Amino acid sequence: MILLLTGLGVLLATGLVALPWRDGLRAGRVAAAGSVLGCGLVTVPAVRALVGWDTPALDLPWPVPLGSFSLGIDALSGFFVLVVALLGALAAVYGVGYLAHAAGHRRLGVPWCLYNLLLACMLVVVTARDGVLFLVAWEVMSLASFFLVTFEDEREEVREAGWTYLLATHLGTAFLLALFLVLAQGGSLRFDTFRELPSPLASVAFLLAVVGFGTKAGFWPLHVWLPEAHPAAPSHVSAVMSGVMLKTGIYGLLRVLTVLGPPPRWWGWLLVGIGVTSGLLGVLSALAQRDLKRILAYSSVENIGLVALGAGLGVLGLAFDLPVMAALGFAGALLHVLNHAVFKGLLFLGAGAVLHATGTRDIERLGGLLRRVPSTAHAFLVGSAAISGLPPFNGFVSELLILLAALAGVSERAGGVAVPATIAVAALGLVGGLAAACFARAFGVVFLGVPRQGLDREPAEATPAGMRLAMATLAGLCVAIGLGSSYLVPRLVPAVGELTGLTREELLTVLGWDVGRILLAVGLVGAAFGLVALLLARLRARMLRMREVGSSPTWDCGYAAPTARMQYTASSFARPIVELFSLVLHTRIDEVRPVGMLPSGARLQTRAPDVAEAHGFRPAFVAVARLSERLHVLQQGRVQVYVLYIALALLVLLVWQLGLGR
Amino acid sequence: MGWEIDPILVALVLVNLLLLGASRLAACVRLVAVQGVLLGVLALLVQVGWSPWRAVLLAGGSILLKGIVFPRLMWKALRGAEIRREMEPYVGYTLSVLLGLGMLGLTVWVGGRLTLPVPAASHLLVPVALFTTLTGLFLIVARKKAITQVLGYLVLENGIVTFGIALSHEAPLSVELGVLLDVFVAVLVMGIIIHNIREDFDHIDADRLVSLKD
Amino acid sequence: MMPSAVGMLVGLVLAPLLLGVVNRVKAVFAGRRGQPLLQPYRDIGRLLRKGAVYSPTTTWVFRAGPVVGVAAGVVGLALLPLGGCRALVVFSGDFMLLIYLLGTARFFVVLAALDTGSAFEGMGASREVAFSALAEPALLLAMAALVRATGMRSLSDAMGKVWSDVWLPSMPVAVLVAAALAVVLLAENARIPFDDPNTHLELTMIHEVMVLDHSGPDFGLVLYGSALKGWIFAGLLAGVLVPLRTGSPWLNAGAAVVGIFAVAVGVGVVESSMARLRLVRVPQLLVGAGVMAALAVLLVR
Repeated sequence: MILLLTGLGVLLATGLVALPWRDGLRAGRVAAAGSVLGCGLVTVPAVRALVGWDTPALDLPWPVPLGSFSLGIDALSGFFVLVVALLGALAAVYGVGYLAHAAGHRRLGVPWCLYNLLLACMLVVVTARDGVLFLVAWEVMSLASFFLVTFEDEREEVREAGWTYLLATHLGTAFLLALFLVLAQGGSLRFDTFRELPSPLASVAFLLAVVGFGTKAGFWPLHVWLPEAHPAAPSHVSAVMSGVMLKTGIYGLLRVLTVLGPPPRWWGWLLVGIGVTSGLLGVLSALAQRDLKRILAYSSVENIGLVALGAGLGVLGLAFDLPVMAALGFAGALLHVLNHAVFKGLLFLGAGAVLHATGTRDIERLGGLLRRVPSTAHAFLVGSAAISGLPPFNGFVSELLILLAALAGVSERAGGVAVPATIAVAALGLVGGLAAACFARAFGVVFLGVPRQGLDREPAEATPAGMRLAMATLAGLCVAIGLGSSYLVPRLVPAVGELTGLTREELLTVLGWDVGRILLAVGLVGAAFGLVALLLARLRARMLRMREVGSSPTWDCGYAAPTARMQYTASSFARPIVELFSLVLHTRIDEVRPVGMLPSGARLQTRAPDVAEAHGFRPAFVAVARLSERLHVLQQGRVQVYVLYIALALLVLLVWQLGLGR
Repeated sequence: MGWEIDPILVALVLVNLLLLGASRLAACVRLVAVQGVLLGVLALLVQVGWSPWRAVLLAGGSILLKGIVFPRLMWKALRGAEIRREMEPYVGYTLSVLLGLGMLGLTVWVGGRLTLPVPAASHLLVPVALFTTLTGLFLIVARKKAITQVLGYLVLENGIVTFGIALSHEAPLSVELGVLLDVFVAVLVMGIIIHNIREDFDHIDADRLVSLKD
Repeated sequence: MMPSAVGMLVGLVLAPLLLGVVNRVKAVFAGRRGQPLLQPYRDIGRLLRKGAVYSPTTTWVFRAGPVVGVAAGVVGLALLPLGGCRALVVFSGDFMLLIYLLGTARFFVVLAALDTGSAFEGMGASREVAFSALAEPALLLAMAALVRATGMRSLSDAMGKVWSDVWLPSMPVAVLVAAALAVVLLAENARIPFDDPNTHLELTMIHEVMVLDHSGPDFGLVLYGSALKGWIFAGLLAGVLVPLRTGSPWLNAGAAVVGIFAVAVGVGVVESSMARLRLVRVPQLLVGAGVMAALAVLLVR
């Protein structure tokens, strides 16, 4: 516990030290060193709690009238602390190099202080044991990230994104306030005093949690802030926001599930439904984007969907009394939380490096970067393969666990579990295939071929060592988790135990023995796959050694002088899929088809406005705005009138209080 | 009992799904004919406590009328009215098929909950009957042409007949034959009407009948 | 163990022969004598002995495509049961690893195509990812139907019980699963009616157009990799279609290999009797395969 407090202290202290510093580079170094140290310190109690050695708790009175400063680390908290610490430290290391170019013309003390504050708040959110402390940390976390999103506030779209984010996050917080009021039932807001609620109230609490935490996590259609805010932030902050801050929403939802008692069936159906919808629409929207960071942001919606799918299958397993399915579902969801943090962090850092090298995020202008920034390219390739769920990388393992949970449900006779499980199987296949398409497109268009349009400057591997180190570590983790998951997953037993209420022995037979063997086989096959590929590559190189190896331009069906502009564009690449799903995507396709014998001036442009925003929120907000204008009459601008309002309000309150007292 | 009629029921389901996904009118007419023949075979196979005469009569009637006579009639109507070959859907073909799958899931769920006065010959019989009925309704609602409405009614009727087979003890032969006769008349009338509409208005899109309301 | 290893070896050796059988069947239907059955081996051998030509735009990713394709095929064979003969590696959910290994191979082939910077190869890659994204749920649903019908979660165990648990009590399930698998097989292996392997018009191709720029040993590996992929899909289909399950794994494996070649003959017959579909119809057929597989899941009691 001391270590956790020290870690938090180091984070805040170094942040404060960095705050007034004039030299941006040094401020960054101090703050980043503090992040690494602080994150390193908190991992120790987190790991001990995760494997179930001890679950420390701390309870300090504080001067605020409500609540108390109580922290605790159990296995579930420990898992999320680890995820936060891992990506937080690596992104900080990356950030030093990434922000270096801005050090000349910008005060960097403030963003660095906010960054450390953000990390500290996330750590408090996942360890808080008191509703008030939780909400305070939650709010400060949201505000810190808001100011980080608006780092480049001289740009119009960044300010716009910031406001969208602020609005969305506060709407979510409003639901959380209601949630905690329901949970407390008029009593204390400490987590350990929460009791199981009677059934209609428990469902109300569950729905409040889904909306409140789902806004932060990015469940469709509550995700609308996400594709705006994540691209606007500096890349290392995007990585932290997408990789771990979304997961605080997942943490909140899981934590609430642990106190609500045995779930009814429809909770599971709802979560599976949310998972399938978010997964499908997230990846489809990602496919239609041309801004590299927006692609990644939408793909976060997809991955959060997969996490929700796993959790939903777990809840169904609990509701239908299928312990194996419950354990597999929740283990898959937890592992995907970690995996997504690793590869999405990696991809955002890679996108930042691309932006750093070329100055643009528009993939239609990029191309052929593999030759120019090889280390970034290789890291991005690993991340792309991992996020597409391809073996032998880590994304496959968590998707496999979720699929195993679904298969456990498919074999059941009861339609209430078999049907959602079957839908989950189909959705996993479709989402996996589409994600592979999406990231083949992202990697292929950005890094392969030749540059599509002239860039402002020749891209060069200016990538500082810190940036490379962070990306290489995350890429290494993608492979390591992919091959060594048989070691990792049994360590999740205590955390899954808290979520499912199953005993350690039961879980050890499922996750330790059965799944352990499966994952061992997966790791071995994955390693064999890599080995065979390497051997074949050697063989192929040897075959060519003594022979004539020529070079000639790409075969373009007889056309002898292919140019960069003849390459397939990202829009064209995505078009078959976008057209196929145009019913749900509402894509607008502008095209001028080639006509006549000697056509000229054909073009194609696809735009995919966010469906939820364009057809759900925008009309609603317009209506609200219109309604608000009616209220303008109240705003007279005269002090006397305002005093009248206050007096009236007091009077009403008085009457109400007296009436209630009777 | 059960496994020998299951393949026919599955074939009925597949025909329904193909109907939802088919884009050519001619293909649809052929599919409905196939469905009629399948129904006849089904009636032959499900003969719990029937006199064989009755089964043969029903099966023969079904195959003759739905498999041969109706398709011929519709064929003639198609030729005579020079209708374009496409189905002209309100709802796209792929989406129709997926919706069909949804309807099938729904009917399987409903079929599991319905309690029948007599046990059905197969657990699939009731869901398939409901699904066929729903497919007919869907075709009537989601396709533009008048002729597809006739097709839809035919499929709807096939569903009802399947249901009748499921409850073979209850439904007397006369009801079955009466239903068949109804549809026969309906097809004839439709054929004549389509012919006349075509002569008067030059097209047979049901959605353009709206202009008649004034 | 022994029969499984031999089964894998048989796959490695006989995979290119499938292509020869398909071509021979097509030739017989067309009234030609056709190329020798062993022609694919000669082609691959000849290509492996040649030099290579590379476009200056390409990088190592281009060279990695064929290598990863063959590696995925080789490792995939270790996961493939031959009918009632168990695979070398068996675990719950192993079919997901098999399907996704092929997915990894496809990912790298697509990247290799994009690496050339050619408009045609980009087009092929774009079609490939679109169609395979639809084929994947169909394949997983077909597997889910097998899992539900047999109660077994690994490919080898499920295939081992196909006869007693699926074929006998409800033939429709087996037929529907087989139909879905057949559609996916044709689509994934670039056969008619999805893609015409013999066409000479790049605009209409899907798979062939992605490997236009590969030459020499690289192209040899591409051919061998696609042969392995074909063997794997044919093996899955034969496992469902050939319901012979005896006590002897040797006999089971033998029956399955015969089944695999029967599938190849079937592919040849389909290719000879059908025309290529219009591209817009391809997704509908794949969705149809998914619907059939979903129907199979629904039908299992």
